[in-house]
Amino acid sequence: MPNMSLEKVKMPEQDPNVRNKNFKEVSQGYTEEMAIEEAARCLGCKHHPCMGGCPVNVQIPDFIKLVAERKFEEAYHKIQETSSLPAICGRVCPQENQCEKYCVRGVKGEPVAIGRLERFVADWYMKYGKSEVKKAASNGKKVAVVGAGPAGLTCAGDLAKLGYEVTIFEAFHTPGGVLVYGIPEFRLPKDIVKEEIRKLEAMGVTIMTDMVIGKVLSIDELLGEEGFSAVFVGTGAGLPSFMGIDGENLNGVYSANEFLTRINLMKAYRFPEYDTPIYMGKDVVVVGGGNVAMDAARSAKRLGAENVSIVYRRSEEEMPARREEVHHAKEEGIDFKLLCNPVRILGTEDGWAQKVECVRMELGAPDASGRRRPVPIEGSEFTVDAEVVIIAIGQSPNPLIKDTTPDLETNRRGCIVVREETGATSKKGVYAGGDAVTGAATVILAMGAGKTAAQSIDAYLKEK
Amino acid sequence: MFKIIRKEILNPSVSLIEVDAPYIARKAEPGQFIILRVDEHGERIPFTIADYDREKGTVTIIFQIVGQSTERLNELNAGDSLQDFVGPLGKASHFEGVKTAAVIGGGLGTAIAYPQAKKLHAMGVEVDMINGFRNKDMIIIEDLCADACTNLYTMTDDGSNGNKGFVTAKLEELISAGRKYDIVIAIGPLVMMRAVCELTRPYGIKTIVSMNPIMIDGTGMCGGCRVTVGGETKFACVDGPDFDGHLVDFDQAIRRSKMFAKGERRSREAHHCRLEGMDRA
Repeated sequence: MPNMSLEKVKMPEQDPNVRNKNFKEVSQGYTEEMAIEEAARCLGCKHHPCMGGCPVNVQIPDFIKLVAERKFEEAYHKIQETSSLPAICGRVCPQENQCEKYCVRGVKGEPVAIGRLERFVADWYMKYGKSEVKKAASNGKKVAVVGAGPAGLTCAGDLAKLGYEVTIFEAFHTPGGVLVYGIPEFRLPKDIVKEEIRKLEAMGVTIMTDMVIGKVLSIDELLGEEGFSAVFVGTGAGLPSFMGIDGENLNGVYSANEFLTRINLMKAYRFPEYDTPIYMGKDVVVVGGGNVAMDAARSAKRLGAENVSIVYRRSEEEMPARREEVHHAKEEGIDFKLLCNPVRILGTEDGWAQKVECVRMELGAPDASGRRRPVPIEGSEFTVDAEVVIIAIGQSPNPLIKDTTPDLETNRRGCIVVREETGATSKKGVYAGGDAVTGAATVILAMGAGKTAAQSIDAYLKEK
Repeated sequence: MFKIIRKEILNPSVSLIEVDAPYIARKAEPGQFIILRVDEHGERIPFTIADYDREKGTVTIIFQIVGQSTERLNELNAGDSLQDFVGPLGKASHFEGVKTAAVIGGGLGTAIAYPQAKKLHAMGVEVDMINGFRNKDMIIIEDLCADACTNLYTMTDDGSNGNKGFVTAKLEELISAGRKYDIVIAIGPLVMMRAVCELTRPYGIKTIVSMNPIMIDGTGMCGGCRVTVGGETKFACVDGPDFDGHLVDFDQAIRRSKMFAKGERRSREAHHCRLEGMDRA
C-alpha cells in the first residue's frame, strides 16, 4: 500500500536558536522508520520522470523500493552503480530543480523526498555497511584528474570502476574542493566528505595533494613525461569577483572565498585550537544572493556576530540560493535587505570597515538572462553598520591552467570551451567539466559533467 | 609529508631549512615562494624560496621567528617532516636587459634578496648588494651574499659591524657618487621598501619590491593578499609578489598587514600555555 500523504515525512532539525551558535549539522536525517514511511510514498512509476532530472542518472524508483523493503545495503549499491558521492548529493543538491521537480507526487502535494532518502541510505551504509567497495582489475592505462572537487572526484570514481589507474592532482592540502573549503560543516559535515573520498581511494584512485597544476607540472607534462594517456580538468571557478567600489580593501572586508576557507578548511572557528585566525565584528554585511552568501552569513552568525544582513540587489524571487537555505537563514535570524546595492564601504581613520553605504533598487525591464534588471533609485542612499563586509557576488575560473596551456581554448569569461555531449576540449586527450567550463554552478552539475567526461575518456582510450 | 634534510640556525631568531621537495625543486625560480603547514592544526604560511637544488631535489627557505607558527616550525629539526609544502607559487622575477642593479635586503629580506642577486650575478649583471640589520648579531648569509654580487655593503642600525646606517643611506651615497642603476630591487619590511621607493622615485630608477601580505591559499582563490598597485587591485600570490614599487600603495599594505594582529597574539599565548603544560607533565 503506498503512503498517500500529501506531505514529505518531516526531517528532524536542530532548533534555530541553538544551531545558530554551533557548527553542527542543521538537518539530522531520517531514522529507519521515517525512511521506510517516506519510501512508501513513491509510486514506482514505470516511466520514472524523476531520473530525467538527475544529472548522474541515479536509479531512483529502484533504490527507493529497496528502502521500503528495508534492504538498505542493497539500496546503497543500487545508487552506487551510477553515483559515487550519495551522502554529499543527498545533502547539497537543489532537488527542487532536479529529481524532485519531475516527481509525479509533486503534481498534487509535495514530491517524494528523494534527496533525504538518498542521504539516509548513504549515511546508513557508512554506519552499518558490511561490503567494501570493489577495486576493478587494472587495464594498465593512466588518467590524470586535475582538481579534487565534485567534478574530478566523480570522473575519477567512474574511471576507476572501469579499471583505469587514476591520479587526482589537488592544489590544496585536503581533497574535496568546494565541499571542504566552501560548504560549511553545518550543511555538509567534513567527516562525510572524508569518508566518501576514502571510498574512492579504496577503489584504487590515488590523490596527490599540494600539487598546483600549471605551476609544479603543466598539462603537457602530464600527457608527456608523466605518462598519462588522458587528462580531465575539473579546476572549478575559484577566482573571487570584487565589486570595484571604494573601501573594498579596508580591513574587515573579505571575499566569501577567504572567509569560508578560513572557517571550513582551516577551522578558524576553532581558533586557537587551530592556528588560523579570523576577524569578526558585531555587525556584518554579506553582499550577494547565492548559496555562498547564505553560507557566509550563517557562518558569521555562528561566530558570534549580533546583526548579520544580506544585501542583495534584486528581490527574493530572483535569488539564486536554494529555497531551503534562504529559509534556514531567516530562521537563524539573518536580516534580508532586498533590492539594495552597496555603493561604497566607509572606514575608520585607521582603515577598518565601519559602514556600508547602500542604494535602494527597483526592477526594470528583463535583461539578456531573462531576469528583470535592477536599477538604482536616485537619492535613496542609506548606511548600515558593518565592521565586517563579505563580498559574495560570484567567482570565475582561475586563469592558471589557461595561461600555461596555450592550445586549450577558453571563452572571454576564461571558461574552458568543450563539446557539451562529450566534455572534450580543443586539445587532444584533454577533457574538462564542472565550474571550470560553466562558471560557478552547482555540485551536482559538476558531478554530471565528470560522469560524461569519464565515459568519453573511456571511449577515446579504447579507440586509441 | 615533506622531510627536512638540513637545518641551520643563522642567528638567534632566524633559521634555514632545506626540504626534500623534488617536484618543486624542478620548477622553482627566483622570486617565487612556497606555502607550508607545520602540522594538522597549522595555518598556511608563505615563505620565499631562498635557494633550490634541482639535482638533489631540495628547496631551501629561511624564516624568522615572529609568531606562533614560526616558533613551531623552529621546533622541528633535520629528519622531521612538514605536513604540507606547496609551490612554486607566484611569478618568477624577470631581468631582461639589465646591466647594473642594486639589490637591497632588510633583515630577513636579505634571504629573499639573495636568490635575486645570485641570478643577476650569474647573468653577468653588475650587482651592488646592500643589506641592513639591527646589529651585528642579526647578520645572516653574509658569505653567500658576497659571492652573489660585485660589491657587498652590510649595514647595521647601530654601527656594531663598523658600517652604521640604514640601507637607504648607503644607496643614496652610491647614487650621489655617480653609480648608475638600471634597476633597484628592495626586499624587506614594508617601511624599508617604502623608504627605498621614495628615495629612487626622484631619480626615476625602476624599483621592484617583493610584497609580503597575509596569504591563505597562495593560488589566487581568495584575495586575502590583495594590494593596490597603480590604482588597481592585484593579488600578490598570482600577479606578484614582485611589483613596481613606485606604484604600490604602501600605507594600505601596512594597514592590511595588521588585520589579524589580535588573533596572532592570542594564538601565541595559547601555544605558550600548551608548552608550559607539557613542561609540567
